Amino acid sequence: MEYLLAFLVGGSICALGQTLYDRTRLTMGHIMVIFVVAGAVLTAFGLYEPLIRIGGAGATVPVSNFGFVLTRGAISQLEQTGLFGLLNGLFSLAGGAVAAAIILGFLMALLFHPKG
Amino acid sequence: MKVAQAAGQLKAERRLGQKSVYFPGRPAVLSTFTVAGPMEGQGPLGSAFDTIIPDTYYGERCWEKTESKMLKEAITHCIQEAGASERDIDFMLTGDLLSQCIGGSFAARELAIPHLGIYSACASFGEGLILAAMALEGGFASHAVVAVSSHHDSAERQFRFPTELGVQRPPTAQWTATLAAAVLLGYPTSPYARPGPRVRLTGATIGEVIDIGIKDPYDMGTAMAPAACDTLATHFKDFGISPSHYDAIITGDLGAVGREIAVDLLESKGLAVRNRFEDCALLLYDRRRQGVQAGGSGTACSAGVFCAYLYRMMLEGRWRRILLAPTGSLHSPTSYKQGEAIPAVCHAVAFEVETGD
Amino acid sequence: MSSKVTSDAKSRYARDAAKYRPPTPYLRNFLAAFFVGGAICAAGQILHAVFVAQGLDDGEAGARMAASVIALGALLTGLGVYDILGRFSGAGSAVPISGFANSIVAPAMEFAREGFVLGTAAQMFVIAGPVIVYGVIAAFISAAVRYFIVGIGG
Repeated sequence: MEYLLAFLVGGSICALGQTLYDRTRLTMGHIMVIFVVAGAVLTAFGLYEPLIRIGGAGATVPVSNFGFVLTRGAISQLEQTGLFGLLNGLFSLAGGAVAAAIILGFLMALLFHPKG
Repeated sequence: MKVAQAAGQLKAERRLGQKSVYFPGRPAVLSTFTVAGPMEGQGPLGSAFDTIIPDTYYGERCWEKTESKMLKEAITHCIQEAGASERDIDFMLTGDLLSQCIGGSFAARELAIPHLGIYSACASFGEGLILAAMALEGGFASHAVVAVSSHHDSAERQFRFPTELGVQRPPTAQWTATLAAAVLLGYPTSPYARPGPRVRLTGATIGEVIDIGIKDPYDMGTAMAPAACDTLATHFKDFGISPSHYDAIITGDLGAVGREIAVDLLESKGLAVRNRFEDCALLLYDRRRQGVQAGGSGTACSAGVFCAYLYRMMLEGRWRRILLAPTGSLHSPTSYKQGEAIPAVCHAVAFEVETGD
Repeated sequence: MSSKVTSDAKSRYARDAAKYRPPTPYLRNFLAAFFVGGAICAAGQILHAVFVAQGLDDGEAGARMAASVIALGALLTGLGVYDILGRFSGAGSAVPISGFANSIVAPAMEFAREGFVLGTAAQMFVIAGPVIVYGVIAAFISAAVRYFIVGIGG
């Protein structure tokens, strides 16, 4: 059941992105920005957590989750250390994904040549 | 030929109408050569290209170098084909899409031929032919090479996205051709002119840049169709001829969408072009099989199709007169990001085949 | 601005030319994005379950799952497969975090010819940079809103 829900929720988020792409002149870069911002905004109003409870990886795999973890990290640091935690906390949960992408990006550039 | 007496000659004798010129001496195409990419080699014209490179790198470490190498080989082989050597060429005109036109200048650094770099995007072949023919007719050259190149991947990484990025191309998108093509122009009296039928340049129309307000770089055919229509309509008016004067009218790279728009625009002006209208973008690829959306594009699209197909059709006597009208989108990655529309241009060149001496 | 072609003529042309536009295959694109995106997420769910079965807590399993999907996206980009997938599925492969990885790895590889400093490193975030910038700005504001206005929940 949880796999089916992940499939349905994740598929729907991606299909929403595709509709935006097809119906507007936005590039995929714009769409990714919109989803990240949407993830953050939904988190502000406590709406992203329910989506994760329902969809599991269907909500944590799309980039909107990046907005969620950025916000979530900032909030938890804010709770612990006060105002300055707002800055320190932003990458406390999201940093891993960025670090992984940087390291792997560099590694791939060392190992592979674009095929075109 | 009468030499103009004064520098301030008022009447330009070889101008015709508003935007056209004619070439009374009729410069001839002495030889051609094409170097095609692997995908172009698998297209409908595959067997007609002189060389097909085995992969998109062609032994180089980046696609910009590949493009220069293809262009250089097209030029040297074109000259060899005619039996001439580099020193016999008065100058060459090259055009490509790379920033600062390094495709041409980097090919030129290996050739002992004076070089003029030109840019009209995908209409550069038209611009080059016109300038070379005018130089020949003005007595400024007896042999000139016009050569252009484009490379799908070098264009993609410059104009759009990194090649490994997973982007979906809309149905109006066009595929930049990996091609280089060169033609040698001279007169039939040249020692390098061979007997037999000869394709000669009879006149040309220099296009105006037209910005119709289309901003989508994935829809260049729509952006260029009005420029093509303007140049072609002006051409018929300036020369006082109807479209039926030509056996075929061939635009550069309007693609499936732009082609239909251009034909309708011309027909609505009372110019019956539909049954003789071709477009190089549609001749170069098999759209369905090769997944190129609306067709090909690129500086060498029209030049490659001319050398591999149009020129041969004329030599074989199947067409007597044709009008080749390469079209160009004159935007840059910067202008696109700044929200500018795509200005477009089209230059038309008339060819006629003459049975040999 | 060009005065040769009036803005009136431009808008008329835009309207007329729209009729020539081949139809965008909305349904095909929608379904491709739905199924590919859904499949990537379902695969993520499976990975998550595997990590949980290894005794990791939910948060840790989630972080490892994300890292695995990123690694997979990066590897498929390196092997020259992700662009083919993207051509087919559009947002279906761009919106998942593996697409975020693709958007970093693709320019990193592409611009290696311009050097590892001026090319790979400098261009790495040419597409993902905006995602991080706007993500941080939106998260900064959202966190403040949640903390000071909405109040903490969860």
